[in-house]
Amino acid sequence: MNKVLVLLEHDGTTLRPSSGSAIGFARELSDEVTALLLGEDLGAIAAEAAKYAPVLTADHESLSQNVADRWAHVITEVARSQNAELIVATSTTWAKDIVGRSAGLLGGAMASDVTDHEITDGQLRLRRPMFAGAVNATLILEGSPKIITVCPSAYNAPKPADIPFLIETLSVDASTLPSATRFESLDCKKGARPDVTEAHIVVSGGRAFKNAEDFEKYVGGLADQLGAATGSSRALVDAGITPNSLQVGQTGKIVAPELYLALGISGAVQHLAGMKNSRVIAAINQDPDAPIFEFADYGLVGDVYKEVPRLIEELNGS
Amino acid sequence: MKILVPCKRVPDPDQKLRLNADATDIDGSAVTYILNPFDAIAVEEALRIRETAHPEAEIIAVSIAPAEGETDLRTALAMGADRALLIEHEGQIDPWNVARILAAVIHQEKPALILMGKQAVDDDANQVGQFLAAQLGWPQATFVSKIEFTTDGLRIHRETDIGIEIIHVTLPAVVTADLRLNEPRYASLPSILKAKKKPTEHSTPAKLGIKPEPRIRLLGMELIDSQRTCEKVTTATDLLDRLRESEVIE
Ligand SMILES: Cc1cc2nc3c(=O)[nH]c(=O)nc-3n(C[C@H](O)[C@H](O)[C@H](O)COP(=O)(O)OP(=O)(O)OC[C@H]3O[C@@H](n4cnc5c(N)ncnc54)[C@H](O)[C@@H]3O)c2cc1C
Ligand SMILES: Nc1ncnc2c1ncn2[C@@H]1O[C@H](COP(=O)(O)O)[C@@H](O)[C@H]1O
Repeated sequence: MNKVLVLLEHDGTTLRPSSGSAIGFARELSDEVTALLLGEDLGAIAAEAAKYAPVLTADHESLSQNVADRWAHVITEVARSQNAELIVATSTTWAKDIVGRSAGLLGGAMASDVTDHEITDGQLRLRRPMFAGAVNATLILEGSPKIITVCPSAYNAPKPADIPFLIETLSVDASTLPSATRFESLDCKKGARPDVTEAHIVVSGGRAFKNAEDFEKYVGGLADQLGAATGSSRALVDAGITPNSLQVGQTGKIVAPELYLALGISGAVQHLAGMKNSRVIAAINQDPDAPIFEFADYGLVGDVYKEVPRLIEELNGS
Repeated sequence: MKILVPCKRVPDPDQKLRLNADATDIDGSAVTYILNPFDAIAVEEALRIRETAHPEAEIIAVSIAPAEGETDLRTALAMGADRALLIEHEGQIDPWNVARILAAVIHQEKPALILMGKQAVDDDANQVGQFLAAQLGWPQATFVSKIEFTTDGLRIHRETDIGIEIIHVTLPAVVTADLRLNEPRYASLPSILKAKKKPTEHSTPAKLGIKPEPRIRLLGMELIDSQRTCEKVTTATDLLDRLRESEVIE
């Protein structure tokens, strides 16, 4: 694999930390890795990215918001002009939307949520979960370029270089960009806690928690004692108790922290799909037969409303 | 206004899957299928659009599946879709080729809106909507939890990792549904019976001028079971002790 283009996600101010996974994956495959950043006023973000790879920036006011049709158009042009054979990003909603569309412009040889790879007989073999993680599939992509999104938990960012790589600014012809989509607003609920995909410990709550106050008090309280992120099952997202960004699972986020603590979560396949590769899993559930225990290393049968305060108290005291 | 709703049949997630003899696919012989849950949400949204903003709307459900897939397309008819189109295809087909076939159908039917699931819960690819929008050159709105009609298009709420984003797209457009868009209705018995009389057209990729060009070659599959044995502890203190021994907390 020669030329690899890594698409980096950012929030307008800093790189999304999970973007490092895509660079780590790309580096395992090639020495010719270039990072691509789109947006407006990219100076500081490009400098951050240049610690990991040479950077190309498409920096233009018409790209100030990450609107899929525009961004995919630019990504496609850059991929073609760079003769990229492989395009990589970390699997997030941003990548699914924008990189997915880019792949649709570049011939559709795409694999999502890749968790592992190997090169056999010169062929890049990729592994990814299917059927809510019940199946691990091995596949190869036919055609070029190949587009791959990797699970953030599956690959680590490389170490930053002492001497930064070069940054090159590309010209953007705004007159050729699609204009059928207009960004209106983003209601960004940025909490003080780490992102669920980027934390070493995730404390997750399920339907056992009756309302947002209880979730914050028990799940949030325990997470804060552990410096952890909070996550939740779909049941709480559906009930409006937790925001969508906390949902772990097949149709939410796939996480694999050092420790996943499941509090009052039954362990539906769709939830397991998002967390079963965590290093250590512990569960508290009042039902001794809850399926979550089959996927846990440690289980405590009990009432979360009683056990979680005990955990918080003991951690607080120690 | 025509609304096209791609509908995939997928193995019911509430069953234990087995693999075929050479472990290249699941064993389809013992599987029960359902309409992909996200596609049911897309059908529901189309029905609500017909019930409110656009009473004249015609809702067309389209599936690429083997002939037996007609059963699951009938679910969309029973929910209230006006007609159904089955593109018969045996065996695996990847998102790129699904999108090509759907694009060919769209060139014939000329709908103003494609409403579809964000993800099929068998391949979990989350690709077809984006591929289709790219191929058509239409705007896309993925992971949608709310749709409002405006004078010149759709105002849309999207569920992203970092929060709810609001965008506006002109029509025609491709919209992919997230779980919170709505709760799909159950088809009543009379509507199931009535659906039996609604037309289902059959076609093939070849008749649409499409020869599948595989982009994904599946080499093998492995069933994943839990590798863990759970040690039950009886107190919060014991739990913390175990977690400290595992060196995951301090
Ligand atoms: C297409 C599709 C996609 C989906 N995607 C996802 C996904 O990505 N992520 C996801 O999580 N789900 C997803 N789901 C939903 C999933 O099937 C389950 O419904 C959901 O995970 C259940 O959430 P839960 O475990 O919190 O609730 P429940 O299943 O209701 O479980 C609650 C648990 O809490 C225990 N409990 C109750 N009170 C207490 C107490 N006081 N103390 C201790 N324990 C208590 C109960 O014993 C029970 O085990 C999806 C479903 C579909 C159909
Ligand atoms: N065989 C198919 N027939 C009809 N629609 C499909 C098919 N495969 C995928 N789709 C549509 O594309 C969406 C996303 O699928 P996927 O990209 O495979 O996760 C699904 O929710 C369906 O709406």
